[in-house]
Amino acid sequence: MSTAAISETSVPRLPRGVRLKHDDARNEWLLLAPERILKADPIAAEILKRCTGEATLAAIVDDLAASFGADRARIDTDVRNLLAGLADKRMVEL
Amino acid sequence: MNAPVHVPVHVPRPVGLLAELTHRCPLGCPYCSNPLEMDARTSELDTQTWLRIFSEAAELGIIHIHLSGGEPASRRDLVEIVAHCAKVGLYTNLITSGIGLSEERVAELSRAGLDHVQLSIQDSEAESGDRIAGYEGAFARKREVARSVTAAGFPLTVNAVIHRANVSRAGAMVKLAIELGAKRVEVAHTQYYGWAKTNRAALLPPRAEAERAVAEVEALRAQYKGVIVIDHVIPDYHAHFPKACMGGWARRTLNVTPAGRVLPCHAAETIPGLEFWNVREHALADIWYTSPAFQAFRGTEWMLEPCRSCPRKEVDFGGCRCQAMALTGDARNADPVCHLSPYHDRVEAIVSEDTAAEAAPDYVYRRLQRTPAPVA
Repeated sequence: MSTAAISETSVPRLPRGVRLKHDDARNEWLLLAPERILKADPIAAEILKRCTGEATLAAIVDDLAASFGADRARIDTDVRNLLAGLADKRMVEL
Repeated sequence: MNAPVHVPVHVPRPVGLLAELTHRCPLGCPYCSNPLEMDARTSELDTQTWLRIFSEAAELGIIHIHLSGGEPASRRDLVEIVAHCAKVGLYTNLITSGIGLSEERVAELSRAGLDHVQLSIQDSEAESGDRIAGYEGAFARKREVARSVTAAGFPLTVNAVIHRANVSRAGAMVKLAIELGAKRVEVAHTQYYGWAKTNRAALLPPRAEAERAVAEVEALRAQYKGVIVIDHVIPDYHAHFPKACMGGWARRTLNVTPAGRVLPCHAAETIPGLEFWNVREHALADIWYTSPAFQAFRGTEWMLEPCRSCPRKEVDFGGCRCQAMALTGDARNADPVCHLSPYHDRVEAIVSEDTAAEAAPDYVYRRLQRTPAPVA
């Protein structure tokens, strides 16, 4: 999926079988799926925590920009890149 | 067994545990990875022991629990086991033939917090599928199970093992997986351990057919991107380099047998002289970090040439110890699948010999009581 194909109003969520988990033993965030474990860096973890099936892409980007005082356009790119890649792996639904 | 375990800093924590809850299974697939000598029902661990293992697994840092067998649905405490795993934060994957999994049981597993279901298929055609499974009506039953699993909202993976009888339908099995509602399909060419080794001459496809199947599935991977994820295990005996078996010995995962022996891989008991510890006597962490079998081939110090000086030794870890044992008589040798192995010609000889006959021999079906003669 291309990053531009994700609409501002799409509502990303983790499908059943995919879980964001803080691994206490290793002290890091992991995105778990069948037979797959992806390490989520702190930025990815913050994005994925917001993919609850409630907030739209635009709302998630606004929230992140406000929470971290960061450039909105830059965050928008990061979020789209992450979600497009995970959607191809069927680890995010849009 | 409750003494604190010394944790060596250089040994990574395990990420996966394959729990062989039972060796009982209604199917008789001739490629089964279970050992020829299986654990009887009377020797199986009880519920409380399994629950303790899963609590210890979570503490040890294990992420994925693969509930397997045999057929895990043959255990009456399956739902209780799943609920406990969910409680301690483990990701649960049920690896099932589907037989014994009623719609009601699927719903119970869903309520208990099961994360994912992996369902095996034997072929894309009913008659052949049932013949391979040694079970009349298996194919139709699996369709029902796939329906109830997806209706319950589970993500479904379909697993298809490829061999001589179905190699021409590898692509059709990917398409069947999509039709069954799977989000992921594992297309795995048979690996020759356990019952598959006994049945090798019946299962090994001619090289050209294996290569055609690989190409067909790779083409579908691109075509179905975003529709289904294809995990492809290519045929071992036709490879140039060996597989990184288990991601390296005692580096990522462990197996617990129905009777509680803990193994670095499901075939490890075929290597003579290894000492396996049992969860009835030892804590899981103790077994992972200090038991002799886990230390035997951990790291790269045990390697002989050509592995010892090979630039790929941290890539494929010398391949598979069990295959080295089976085909060269010494588990420390390079996996003979590797073209650099001095024993590589033995793999070539097996491929030519086992695929030469016009008609494949009859299967020796997997049964708990081993049948000495073929029962096709």
